Amino acid sequence: MAAISKAAPHPGPRTRAGRSRALARREAMWGYLFISPFIVGLLAFTLIPTVATFVMSFTNFNLSGAATQFVGGSNYQRLFRDPQVWSSLLVTVRFAAIALPVGLILPLGLAILLNSDSLRAKGLFRTLFYFPYIVPFVAAIFVWGALLNSETGWINQFLRWAGVANPPNWLNSTVWIYPALVILGLWGIGNAMLIFLASLQGVPTELYDAAKIDGAGWWGQMFNVTLPMISPVIFYNLTLSLIGLFQYFTVPLVLNQGTGAPGGATMFYNLYLYKTFFTYQNMAYGATMAWLLFVIILVVTLVLFHTAKYWVYYAAESR
Amino acid sequence: MTATTSSMQAVSTKRRRSRAIRWGVIVRSTVVTLVTAFLAFLFLLPFFNMVFTSLKTTAQMMQPGAPVWPAIPGVFEYEGKELELYLVPMEDGEVRELAIVRKGRQQSTFIDPDHPEAGEIEWSGSWRALQRPWQLHPAWGNYREAWEKIDFPILFRNTLAIALIGLTGTVISSTLVAYGFARFRFPGRGFLFTLLLSTIFLPAAVTIVPTYAFFVAIGWVGTWLPLTVPHFFSNAYNVFLLRQYMLTIPREIDEAAQMDGANPFRILISILLPQCAPVVLAVALFHLVFAWNDYFGPLLYLSTRFDLQPIAVALPRFNNLYGSNPPLIQAASLMAMALPVLLFFLAQRVFMQGVVITGVEK
Repeated sequence: MAAISKAAPHPGPRTRAGRSRALARREAMWGYLFISPFIVGLLAFTLIPTVATFVMSFTNFNLSGAATQFVGGSNYQRLFRDPQVWSSLLVTVRFAAIALPVGLILPLGLAILLNSDSLRAKGLFRTLFYFPYIVPFVAAIFVWGALLNSETGWINQFLRWAGVANPPNWLNSTVWIYPALVILGLWGIGNAMLIFLASLQGVPTELYDAAKIDGAGWWGQMFNVTLPMISPVIFYNLTLSLIGLFQYFTVPLVLNQGTGAPGGATMFYNLYLYKTFFTYQNMAYGATMAWLLFVIILVVTLVLFHTAKYWVYYAAESR
Repeated sequence: MTATTSSMQAVSTKRRRSRAIRWGVIVRSTVVTLVTAFLAFLFLLPFFNMVFTSLKTTAQMMQPGAPVWPAIPGVFEYEGKELELYLVPMEDGEVRELAIVRKGRQQSTFIDPDHPEAGEIEWSGSWRALQRPWQLHPAWGNYREAWEKIDFPILFRNTLAIALIGLTGTVISSTLVAYGFARFRFPGRGFLFTLLLSTIFLPAAVTIVPTYAFFVAIGWVGTWLPLTVPHFFSNAYNVFLLRQYMLTIPREIDEAAQMDGANPFRILISILLPQCAPVVLAVALFHLVFAWNDYFGPLLYLSTRFDLQPIAVALPRFNNLYGSNPPLIQAASLMAMALPVLLFFLAQRVFMQGVVITGVEK
């Protein structure tokens, strides 16, 4: 197909040009036909709902069957006065402040370790660190939850044995709940680790040789070769983690049935959003909350992309 | 003479140094491997806790000072009766493991389980104050109980059905879309592909409210349709993975087939698809793992239909009912993760390669 259409720009007899144009049109038709599931899905499940969310936020739409009317900006007025919105955003940011660095540094550190020349049985360790990622998170919550039990859990038993008189009451403390949630999510680091590991293996060895000749030690190579070379992958993981963290809520939903316990410390923004449209069936206000979240995520992502030129290194040949 | 000695010395120091380096390498790799093994052990520790807990009796869970491994207080079978074992401090200071025959307030009668023929041993003191030894005793019955109480066969059927329908949908649609992007030229292709990839970054929250309202309106809530039908419209990760792979397959063969008059569908099915088998397998596995893990979707659309729910939604419900019985919860959790973990171990190479391609190349 390509060979035929490649012939198109060549000057030739009029009829041949017309024929290749027809062929190109046929090729395009097939192309559109094959990607049509994506086009339909994009419209039905992405573009139209996104616009609908925006439109809904200016109505009083709900599922009670009452007539829907445009209410102007009143949903937004309510949104900005709703203390629950701001406290749940604060909860989300507070958790993200711990979970984001842990979720990047831990997998990266593990990948560096697994990439070490000194390590034996690399394949085995890669599998061992990756496989808990496959465990459904609901099951993982019950596994780690048992470990975090303040009385009988292995973590506190270990802390007491190590001489900590009052180990934290992980799941029932408004402060310790955040590290506890990070611990509950530890089994999810396998994916990021695997991606970091592959990108580390992709760094050309000549660069390390050159750095060694220049007298760079382990840290020098790390900061001057490794990290710049894998910075696009760090950027990709950072962006996706941030977007994911702003929408984080299923773990507290399973853990505390969405009550926000202890003391509202797990009333994440998305949990409040879920309760608004699902439990209280208030579609319009849910849509307004969703739109705010979208704008926040969009702004953060744009800022992040803007900073990329200062710290993300794209090798000339790869982009 | 002097020259030879000095050169010999040089050779021997060189040899010594290279031996030192070799030792250094061995020590280094031993240390690094041991540290990694220890970390892996810590990382997988919850898994051991889970297996141990799932095999314990509730009595052991209540008992302070019980061992971490599944055990029951020791008993000794003697002449058709089960005698309880106790740790009895003897007069000479030795603590012996003895089976109690007759319990008395001030004085009890024991026998030695190792030498029952040696006769009864009288011991003064309160048997109630004695500790009991623990015997390894996995309570396999927990699995059977959890299996029945959670109604595992139905949950498994639901989870598998939802997963397989969606898997069929995403494999077919993603292959078609990937083929379209990989092999055909059409106006707007680059833009549409970028649009496809950018859906990865779109927060799901922004579409969920109208989508849910829509599924309520058309009466799909309470069925599997909202969990399966959207997968028939391709998925960005899967399309990307399949397209990347198709781009590596030389075009010569499909061009030759085209010359012979094969239409694009034929070329896809009989030429490209067989070569894409590993990636198609990876896509299928990704979806299966996704479906097994998905909690929010089934929660939204099947919250009132217990009979149609997959295991991810049923497990927390089960936990709320039997929260006081951790062995049952852990046994049920293990059953919930069994299939995806098993499949992962069977196809780990294909699976991890797929993760790497979607993660690194974009």
